[in-house]
Amino acid sequence: MSQPTGPASRSHARKQPAPPPEPMDVTLTINGSRKTLRVAPWTSLLDALRLHLDLTGTKKGCDHGQCGACTVLVDGRRINACLTLAVMTEGRAVTTIEGLADGEALHPLQEAFVEQDAFQCGYCTPGQICSAVGLLEEGQARTDDDIRELMSGNLCRCGAYPNIVAAIRQVMDSQPASQDGGTP
Amino acid sequence: MIAKPTIPDPLDRPGSQIGKPVSRVDGRLKVTGGAKYAAEFNTPGLAHGYIVSSAIARGRILAVDTAKALALPGVLQVFTHENRPSLPWFDRKWKDDDAPKGSPFRPLYDATIHHALQPIALVVAESFELARYAARLIHVTYEADDHQTDLREASAHAFTPGKDKGGFQPPPKPRGDADRALAEAEVSVDLQFTQAVEHHNPMEMHASTVVYHNDGTLTVHDKTQGPLNTQTYVCNVFDLSKDSVRVISPFVGGAFGSGLRPQHQLFMAALAAITLKRSVRVELTRPQMFSFGHRPETLQRVALGARKDGTLTAVIHEAVQETSQNENYVEVVVNWSGQQYTCDNVRLDYKLARMDTHTPLDQRAPGAATGIPALEIAIDALAAKLGMDPLELRLKNYTEVDPNTGKPFSSKELRTCFRQGAERFGWHKRSHAPRSMREGRQLVGWGMATGVWDAMQGQAVASARLGIDGTLTVGSATADIGPGTYTAMTQIAADILGLPIDQVSFQLGDSNLPMAPLQGGSWTVSSVGSAVKAVCDRLRDKLAGLAAGLNDGPLKGLRADDLVFADGFLIAKADPSWRMSITEVMRANDLLVLEDEARSIPYYKSQMQHALGTHSAIFAEVRVDEDLGTVQVTRVVSAVAAGRIINPKTARSQVMGAVVWGIGMALEEESMTDQSLGRFMNHDFGEYHIPVNADVHDIDVIFVEEQDDIVNPLGAKGVGEIGIVGVPAAIANAIYHATGKRLCDLPITLDRILEA
Amino acid sequence: MRAFSYHRPDSVDAALRGVAGQSGTTTEAAVKFVAGGTNLLDLMKADVMRPERLVDISRLGLDRIEETADGGLRLGALARNADTAHDERVQARYPMLSKAILAGASAQLRNMATNGGNLLQRTRCYYFYDTGTPCNKREPGTGCGALTGVNRIHAILGASDRCIAVHPSDMCVALAALEAVVRVSGPRGERTIPFADFHRLPGDTPHIDSNLAADELITAIDLPAEGFADHSTYLKVRDRASYAFALVSVAAALEMDGQTVRTARLALGGVAHKPWRDPAAEAELAGRPASLESFRKAARVLLRDARGQSHNAFKIGLAERAIVRALAEAAGVEHP
Repeated sequence: MSQPTGPASRSHARKQPAPPPEPMDVTLTINGSRKTLRVAPWTSLLDALRLHLDLTGTKKGCDHGQCGACTVLVDGRRINACLTLAVMTEGRAVTTIEGLADGEALHPLQEAFVEQDAFQCGYCTPGQICSAVGLLEEGQARTDDDIRELMSGNLCRCGAYPNIVAAIRQVMDSQPASQDGGTP
Repeated sequence: MIAKPTIPDPLDRPGSQIGKPVSRVDGRLKVTGGAKYAAEFNTPGLAHGYIVSSAIARGRILAVDTAKALALPGVLQVFTHENRPSLPWFDRKWKDDDAPKGSPFRPLYDATIHHALQPIALVVAESFELARYAARLIHVTYEADDHQTDLREASAHAFTPGKDKGGFQPPPKPRGDADRALAEAEVSVDLQFTQAVEHHNPMEMHASTVVYHNDGTLTVHDKTQGPLNTQTYVCNVFDLSKDSVRVISPFVGGAFGSGLRPQHQLFMAALAAITLKRSVRVELTRPQMFSFGHRPETLQRVALGARKDGTLTAVIHEAVQETSQNENYVEVVVNWSGQQYTCDNVRLDYKLARMDTHTPLDQRAPGAATGIPALEIAIDALAAKLGMDPLELRLKNYTEVDPNTGKPFSSKELRTCFRQGAERFGWHKRSHAPRSMREGRQLVGWGMATGVWDAMQGQAVASARLGIDGTLTVGSATADIGPGTYTAMTQIAADILGLPIDQVSFQLGDSNLPMAPLQGGSWTVSSVGSAVKAVCDRLRDKLAGLAAGLNDGPLKGLRADDLVFADGFLIAKADPSWRMSITEVMRANDLLVLEDEARSIPYYKSQMQHALGTHSAIFAEVRVDEDLGTVQVTRVVSAVAAGRIINPKTARSQVMGAVVWGIGMALEEESMTDQSLGRFMNHDFGEYHIPVNADVHDIDVIFVEEQDDIVNPLGAKGVGEIGIVGVPAAIANAIYHATGKRLCDLPITLDRILEA
Repeated sequence: MRAFSYHRPDSVDAALRGVAGQSGTTTEAAVKFVAGGTNLLDLMKADVMRPERLVDISRLGLDRIEETADGGLRLGALARNADTAHDERVQARYPMLSKAILAGASAQLRNMATNGGNLLQRTRCYYFYDTGTPCNKREPGTGCGALTGVNRIHAILGASDRCIAVHPSDMCVALAALEAVVRVSGPRGERTIPFADFHRLPGDTPHIDSNLAADELITAIDLPAEGFADHSTYLKVRDRASYAFALVSVAAALEMDGQTVRTARLALGGVAHKPWRDPAAEAELAGRPASLESFRKAARVLLRDARGQSHNAFKIGLAERAIVRALAEAAGVEHP
């Protein structure tokens, strides 16, 4: 059997492709500083952080909202930066892994992750930590099973999950049980 | 007071760094976002590449229309087989350190399509988004040929491979008459197994940033398990000298084997950078992570015969595994079955079948992770048939020598693993009958299995530089894909020279560093660690010599053996008040730095006379929902004997993580092929399921330490692979115990349980 | 992702002007609203959807959860899934909905995804996502790859020979059982769409997911007063414990009269192109004692026309047992 095929053949021939979109100014707060970026609408918050701002701590693990490596906090809530357009974050406050430590002093979750060995390759780690900050802020987790469920949006291929739960538990237990525990 | 009087080497010294649960020395970088991975080296003028993947599984490209893509402002070039620069013709130029026998895949080489998702074009543009957009505008027409991606069909033409890959041993010749013994056995089992294709899927997608310098030299940041392998490949393929290509990859976001061979994004980025004379980055997409090597699909048969008392009388293990049309990927699947238990009649058979796929690729515990579960599920089935406790059956046929070769093990504390693991798990409380434990609609099951992996060592070189301030820098061109190589090497070096951890740093991931083999197969501590030990031993001897030569010094005339190195001091064993700091010794000798390099070479002679391996006993508890077929692995105890453990904290994490891999292998992971398209279909993290946090519960790791001075000077066997081997079997056996259903096809998804 | 322009209006009227003049359904539209972005941006990256213009509605308000005159709740279209699931009134009066939302996606995605957007999620069929394969939903007329291919996750009810994809939402399954009403604004004013009429079966037009017009905007979802808080549940069966789409899910809601079922609502996810309801199965339950036997009978009625594909026949038996389990849990019946 031998036949010409072209699965990508739809509507291909006709229209001239649109030119690349024009960049726009976006002003937002990143880790406490106001920044104005010139980005095209098709730039994700993730790529804006990694490529335009050289904040490469936020990771790209799938670029499709299926792994959580790109988790950052926008106005204090954890989200996937890969499925957010940079232009949509105009005026928002974005916190990345680079913004969690207070100078030389690590955030308690960062400390706990090191202490509990809650990572191996380290690639999912910034997303795990930002996600954990969001989890503590949300105040929905009580039990270890709650933590497991509410951290399931962050894949770890090295399989550090039990240590991740231990690290979060450690910080949770060291903080007063209040809704606002865990704010960076 | 510091040291015992007779110390052969510093490893047993109290206060030793080796064996301490030190937190990762690179931990701070990793939790602050400071660790830089391959796609994170940003450089001015960086261009971005995006790969176009084939829509067909086999055939030819008739035409590639790139006009629309090239017409977009900011698109720099579209590389295809039609416009690529001249590339080498000889296979050897394309070979890498992990290449099996055959002809390696050559990206953009010609119009031939060998497998689905094959890279067929590279768009390079000023931005990532623009390159991705332009890639969508490329129109490809194909002429499709019939393809073969069905292993059952392909296995009709299976063949017996030779010694087609480094480290591969073909099965030993049959001993006794296994088929006859099976037919005559008082009790027997005969089971068929399938192992699905699995993709490595490290969290970091494969990426290469190639920085082009004005003088034509390149700095390559690649996702690799061996910077030197990357360097050799780029030099060979693009005809460059070694001094014009430097590879710098300090951090690797997981690999599990995927970085053992240079993947096509490296070729693409280097091609574009060299041709365009610009720095270029190419990063694969998650679907494209399914476009190269994978754990091969495998069909197996294991048949066991035994006497009524459990004595094994026959072992037959046959396997057929996929490989590509162009290379003979081989791994050790069946040999273990001749090694694990005492048995007089053994027949092992291993074959390959060619399919139209990319060449498979080593994945965590390659071969063992596939073959051992089949054997260990069969053992469990035999135990069930005998009405015997599966642990008892294993002990009944326990062996202290490797029956395949007759050689004794250099060390094998598996018996202790069984005992300690069983105690920790509470195995003696197990009720024997299947379906005998339940909680509501949840059937509870307990299962166990054994794991085994080789303890290997390769040659490696390490350099060391000691400053007068007592800071030590050691280096070797290995990688750290996550096991904690930075930390373990730092500990070894600090230990030998008696320095605090924070005065020692270890460098890796740089092709300018001395030779190290690929990081894989659990042999980095063994190979590179031994080199680190060797070079630090040399510095230690040098320091001792320098101190001994100081006529008015307190250590005059003493030899290295007379000294203890601790806290930055050289201390006389005879009287700890006789001491000098490293700084004092160097200053007195007018030295600012002390440097050396050393190569470690395995103890080939004694290693040849022994079987070398790591062993484990795994106990698992599952809860199976009787109505819905869902499985929860609630408890796992893994008892591991792997020689000396350099860092119990990071080693525990490795084994724990490997147990998570085992859960994925047992229950979730499968790249599903559409046979009419010859294409993996669930090629993303949404549909290729790896375990999530909620899938993982209690994992308890026990290390049973072994004294072993044959495997290497450190006595450490490595724990990267052993943790996964056997876990799928322990889980499958627990599912049998819970449900009475014997499931031999991995992964055991809920539909398989419901339909069994 | 192809080139597109971006616009962020500051009012509903301005947003509607942004999509004015488009005909057909919203699935086919070239100008699209974006709010959470969790599905649309994903599909744009995969080159499955190629809007020419995005209208960002994320700052239009429409994010409140309010009481309605008839005793129900109005969920703002732009309220986030997480805020909806954790709203005290939703938890107290519509626990099944809260549970369904929390069974979906991840905490991060639920923080982003909006209620309106949840309704417009597109299928997770492998072939729909992979532009190198045939798919009538993505590209009408190219065929259905799943019919002859890998179809373990596909439909057993209401499929056509053009498409066997399933709707991926959990939230929508609960909304279907609750008989929510979708409130919509458009150039012809406001209108309401009963939930059962919002999504479509594939038939001959699998490329159209819903009956929302291309020039309309979802403004809210109204929950009727009856929330079945005492006797309802959401059960999701999937390939891993979390962060996976349903193979089968069941929203079960009962009104009980002692040990007798007065009325029943039953909706299934993961089995069809839309959340699946069947009046005959619900009628089978009404007036009968809450027993495993009658639950099983109702399940069989619901599944009477179920048809398995080459890899998913297991879903039929699984769905039956999941229905029985969910009804038993809703009714508080002991499952031996």
